[in-house]
Amino acid sequence: MLDPERWKHAFFDYSTSSFAEILHRAAPHLLPGATEPAREEGATPAVPHGTTVLALRYRDGVIMAGDRQASEGYQVAHRRIEKIFKADDLSGVGIAGAAGPAMEMARLFQTELEHYEKVEGENLSLDGKANKLGQMIRLNLPMAMQGLVVVPIFAGFDERAGVGRLFKYDVTGGRYEETDYFAQGSGGKDARDSLKKRFKRDMSRDEALRVGIEALIDAADEDLGTGGPDLMRGILPSVKTITRSGFAEAPEDEIRRHCEAVLNDRNRL
Amino acid sequence: MPLPYYVSPEQMMKDKAEYARKGISRGKAIVTIEYRDGVLLVAENPSTLLHKVSEIYDRIAFAGVGKYNEFENLRVAGVRHADVKGYSYSRGDVSAKSLANAYSQALGNIFTQDIKPFEVEVLVVEVGDTNGTKNEIYHILYDGTIEDEKNYAAMGGQSEEIRRYLKDNFQESLDLAAALRLGVRALMVTQNKTLTERDLEVAVLDRTKERRKFRRIPAEVLHQLLTETT
Repeated sequence: MLDPERWKHAFFDYSTSSFAEILHRAAPHLLPGATEPAREEGATPAVPHGTTVLALRYRDGVIMAGDRQASEGYQVAHRRIEKIFKADDLSGVGIAGAAGPAMEMARLFQTELEHYEKVEGENLSLDGKANKLGQMIRLNLPMAMQGLVVVPIFAGFDERAGVGRLFKYDVTGGRYEETDYFAQGSGGKDARDSLKKRFKRDMSRDEALRVGIEALIDAADEDLGTGGPDLMRGILPSVKTITRSGFAEAPEDEIRRHCEAVLNDRNRL
Repeated sequence: MPLPYYVSPEQMMKDKAEYARKGISRGKAIVTIEYRDGVLLVAENPSTLLHKVSEIYDRIAFAGVGKYNEFENLRVAGVRHADVKGYSYSRGDVSAKSLANAYSQALGNIFTQDIKPFEVEVLVVEVGDTNGTKNEIYHILYDGTIEDEKNYAAMGGQSEEIRRYLKDNFQESLDLAAALRLGVRALMVTQNKTLTERDLEVAVLDRTKERRKFRRIPAEVLHQLLTETT
């Protein structure tokens, strides 16, 4: 008799195209949330936190942008940290919250998507990607309860629908789709306020860049943790576009031009 | 209860090897050729959905001949090996050599321990960097034998003849179109048949590409490359 255990796995092990599942079996200590958190109250170490990231839709897809500062309490931990990561050719993750776990999560997410693509021979749908990220955030919940909160935003171009889409998350991995824009992090509320006034449907790339950058500047104005454009040091916000033709970085001189224009309009240069 | 027949280990290995070789030689061939910007892989494969050549990692590709389900299993295992390694160390630490060794171990174990050996041969190919590191081509046989090849390699049906043809006609630093034509000619001449872009599966590891070097060449581009004036 052929033992059904010998072949059944081929059908029920559908998680084998998931990298996180493989890691769970092969090296569980590398998964986020795998370390047992400290039990004492107030034991959370001071760690760098990423602050403001945002995403907004425009005519060709989505724009993601973030400031470059990481803060540790009232201190600046890093001035040039990158918070917007390419997840795959058609999507990106903006990280807010505890920088270490957040970057690790972004890396795991990238590997997850690439792994799926290689094993299955095709890409996950945008919804599939968004759900997967939600599951990873949920894994991190024990750490979040200890104060190491990771709440990314996820945006991408949905090939099947032919539009850009964006998602926000809560600490439990809850996933919420936003129709127009969203901003997350300590300066998130200020950026959202700014976007609310300036956002229009179907903006051109140039308009959308301007609106996004202006929102970041507003956030930096109001929020201690968010770094504004530092033209002296040449530190500019990072801005990425995700369209049908892929994930691309907005060129530095274009970002600089928009920053200068916003600051000029406010007569501060 | 019937007594099990005694078969000498030598005879058993011989039988298994013959069985595996037969299965492999029935399959269609794959050639790989080093060219100016990387490594080219050409497989005779009329299916556009079931691949014989695929990506393992940034600089590493995989090709298999023989039984599809068997080399597909090996391919997925390779992707896992590479992704876990790259995630726990860094992307640069994933090498074709350790992957080829893992394949060799796996196939060797299966060959000696299982009743039925795998009827497959696989190639693990790594493209060198622009800073002059060499390409690596590992050829792993059904019994775990591992060879490293230079300039070109062939496996599957008629692989001996193909290798001989390539030995006589290979030149260094061919451009993509020329390397492709050489590969396709090697497949055609040795089998006495014509192959069009619809019968071929072609991919390259292109060192001029960013990060993920693996690229499939779609049929339209293939057609252009094949019909370019020589």
